[in-house]
Amino acid sequence: MDNRREFLKKAGAAAIGTAVVPGLVHGQTCAGATPGDGPGRDLLMGALQAARDAGASYADARLGRYRSQSVTTRERQVIGVSEAESFGIGIRALVNGSWGFAATRDLTQASVQAAARDAARTARAAVPFQKRPVVLAPVAPVVGTWQTPVERDPLDVPVEEKVALLLEANEAALTVKGVRFVNSSLSLLREEKTLATTDGTLTAQTFYRVSPEFTATAIATGDFQSYTHEIAPRGAGWEYVTGLEMAAHAAEWASLAVEKLSARSVEPGRYDLIIDPTNLWLTIHESIGHPTELDRAMGYEANYAGTSFIAPPDRHIGRLRYGRDLMNVRADRTQPGSLARCAWDDEGVPADEWLLVEKGLFKDYQTTREQAAWIAQLTGVTRSHGCAFADSWSSVTFQRMPNVSLLPGEEAIGLDEIVGATERGIVIKNRGSWSIDHQRYNFQFSGQTFYEVRNGKITAMLRDVAYQARTPDFWNSMDLIGGPASYWMGGSSNDGKGEPPQSNAVSHGCPPARFRGVTVVNTGRQS
Amino acid sequence: VSYQPPSRTELESLARRILSFSKADGCRVGIEASWHGNTRFAAGEITTAGVATDTEITITSTVGRRRASTTTNLLDDGSLRRAAELSERIAKLSPDDPELMPELPAQRYTAVDAYGASTAGLDAEPRAEAAGRVLELPDVKAPSLLAAGFIDATARATVVATSNGLFAHHQATEAEMSTTVRTPDGTGSGWASAGAREWSDIAPTTLGTRAARKALASRNPTPVEPGQYTVILEPHAVADLIRIMSSLSFDARQADEGRSPFSKKDGGNRIGEKVVDDRVTISSDPADPDLRARPFDAEGLPIDRTVWIENGVLKNLAYSRFWAQKQRKQPVVRAGPLGRAQTWNLKMAGGTKSIDDLVAGTARGILVTHFFYIRVLEPRTVLLTGLTRDGTFLVEDGKVSRPIKNLRWNESPLFMLNKIEDLGRAERTSAGIVLPAIKARDFTFTSVSDAV
Repeated sequence: MDNRREFLKKAGAAAIGTAVVPGLVHGQTCAGATPGDGPGRDLLMGALQAARDAGASYADARLGRYRSQSVTTRERQVIGVSEAESFGIGIRALVNGSWGFAATRDLTQASVQAAARDAARTARAAVPFQKRPVVLAPVAPVVGTWQTPVERDPLDVPVEEKVALLLEANEAALTVKGVRFVNSSLSLLREEKTLATTDGTLTAQTFYRVSPEFTATAIATGDFQSYTHEIAPRGAGWEYVTGLEMAAHAAEWASLAVEKLSARSVEPGRYDLIIDPTNLWLTIHESIGHPTELDRAMGYEANYAGTSFIAPPDRHIGRLRYGRDLMNVRADRTQPGSLARCAWDDEGVPADEWLLVEKGLFKDYQTTREQAAWIAQLTGVTRSHGCAFADSWSSVTFQRMPNVSLLPGEEAIGLDEIVGATERGIVIKNRGSWSIDHQRYNFQFSGQTFYEVRNGKITAMLRDVAYQARTPDFWNSMDLIGGPASYWMGGSSNDGKGEPPQSNAVSHGCPPARFRGVTVVNTGRQS
Repeated sequence: VSYQPPSRTELESLARRILSFSKADGCRVGIEASWHGNTRFAAGEITTAGVATDTEITITSTVGRRRASTTTNLLDDGSLRRAAELSERIAKLSPDDPELMPELPAQRYTAVDAYGASTAGLDAEPRAEAAGRVLELPDVKAPSLLAAGFIDATARATVVATSNGLFAHHQATEAEMSTTVRTPDGTGSGWASAGAREWSDIAPTTLGTRAARKALASRNPTPVEPGQYTVILEPHAVADLIRIMSSLSFDARQADEGRSPFSKKDGGNRIGEKVVDDRVTISSDPADPDLRARPFDAEGLPIDRTVWIENGVLKNLAYSRFWAQKQRKQPVVRAGPLGRAQTWNLKMAGGTKSIDDLVAGTARGILVTHFFYIRVLEPRTVLLTGLTRDGTFLVEDGKVSRPIKNLRWNESPLFMLNKIEDLGRAERTSAGIVLPAIKARDFTFTSVSDAV
């Protein structure tokens, strides 16, 4: 591709009038009310036709417009306010069973069609090194629009209001004696995505995601301790951010940083762990979410994110005992407020919900259209579970994690009741440091606050705690879980996978749970 | 077909045009025009391949003591005007920034040629052919090994321009290829990787052969008891640790504020103190022919040679312009990565020995190919946790005696750099990073991993 020529065409003032699709660049949205209308549709259709003409048996084109805003503060000042916008198109072409992809920010018909041909040419280059041609699971064509339900568009809220909300929280934290530093921030995203496929699908979706963060640091002579409150990022509007009442809670959060300075360093050993949902969601993400990705199990991520201990599928589906009977894990892209919620995935497959683990037994993986057939004979499921996602118009679609959640038990108990039923243990809250091996066996997770439990009561705050376990042993040691009222949904807006790395936003809900006899290490070494 | 970024003249005229739209007291324009081409292979075949071009403009406006920035990839005048106006509007809405530094005037930069034509020409066909060279390698095919990997080529032009007359321009390429080769029974895995400015400096078959041999040699590993071991870390494993250490701890403000291992107990930082073994010298230098890094940061501040640690003594920490002024020092730009472009500029001096030499001089130890999933446990000491991966071996009596199961470790690179036994030859692990293999004693492994 001769991008230089394109650039000149776009950057040269003389060509500006004709270079931009009228009504598309400055229009309010690309994912408008009716996906069948407008210049965006013409571009998408032009791309699909060009891919077909270049020999593609299937193609999809994704027009994406991403607008994000971030406000970052420390103590009594704003460190940065920034807003970013990115707009472009990505085209995927399947030629003789091989994939090719091309993306451009240049939204002229000529450039978009050239990209489509590039995608087809790239696919053709891969054909000599193909072992089994890609076969896509069937999907009914759909035309429709969807939007994350929000009361107030977070991008439209004035910056003053955002700055005030954060600085108020910082101010409240700084009233706590011993607290020297406070960092808080807001990341807000509006993502408009229009997908067209040669199967006849045309969908337009608008996603909102908000992610507030808060950390306080307390300093003592020769020591410092930080406390990061676990604020879940959500697929929601501004009303979620104000509903957190950060300023009202900031002093209480900041005082935990001070309390950590004098907390007792943990004695390493085996403990019963009572893990709060604010910590357990990430353990679910790493030790259940990732190993149940079918591309990992099949070796597609071997060079980077790794493979999975749940492989090969035929030896594990319906056979692997993940945990005891009380363990049920659901995957979905439907939970209200969740980060992975959508109406259709990036292949036009409707949002699904299904069980990965049922009564402790491993049942199914996460799939895309390409992957469904690989295990259809084992699961009886011939359609895709709708896990195709690309993080930008410039990124290729591949299998990404939906929301993966541990379902609560039937008994109406919560963290307090689990503490009450435990003789000797540690309560762990919020995410700290986390690390897991490339097959998702050996993990070590930390938290933000830790409490010693003796004879059914919390007796002291601990520090320097990390728990280390082997995934199947850990989940099989879970013997007590909270009820529906104790369910809480955490999440990550930055889950990395793939080469080049892509970021995925995903939520994980769970109740508090107890795990018996887990190894605890001390992270406070000094030399 | 070869990608050519927009020329310096074209970018300069674009930057000037954007600056002319600014009504702010000060304005800075950053431009990054990029091309990415990549090919993935796995399970013995090419799985995905793609190409993307983009041009991203960042406009930073200063109004009084207020500042904000906007980023857009819409290049028509109307969109650029709107982006400039938006950054001014957000700046006006923001509170005063007491740490705000005025935009820089014209600066002088070291000229660095970091653009490799062979990388900019790495289109879909030659990438597929390179993947094929690993997939079809006799070392891989004959024993039915499964090869996965990634080939990535990037070409970019970067510009920083300010309303005070600064103009900085740099173009660079980065090529990278890595491959993981696994045995069909899933008991062995080997990895090899190389990165350079020029694709022609990367040898796919060498990488494939190395990964395949490691895969076969690492079959059916058995565990060793966790504990403290002498380790021989190959350069990529060293890079995994040193990059994190430099990001976390080479900052003056963090140190001065009591939040770093280089904080003095009674305030201030430890510049001038001996912090690690005498043999450790770590530096950044854009003009170093081994590094060829960008000679300016996102503000247009020149990057010159900086020695971070010399013969074990902490010589420099990064100073932002504000912190430098406050502490009456010169600003020092960090080693990387700079902005969105993940470019590094880091070199650690090595010795003369090969990995084999290091193994031959070791009575008992563990040879590590690379690490995975490294996370910070304790920022006060840069205590990290992570795992070994894709080729971990026991060394006994100067020889690799057997493959061992992967291990989780909890260790600080700072502790490790105080326990050095020997250094290998320094080599480039990726564009902008050169490091040696390190042999160090008492590296702490805490548990066994069943992952292969």
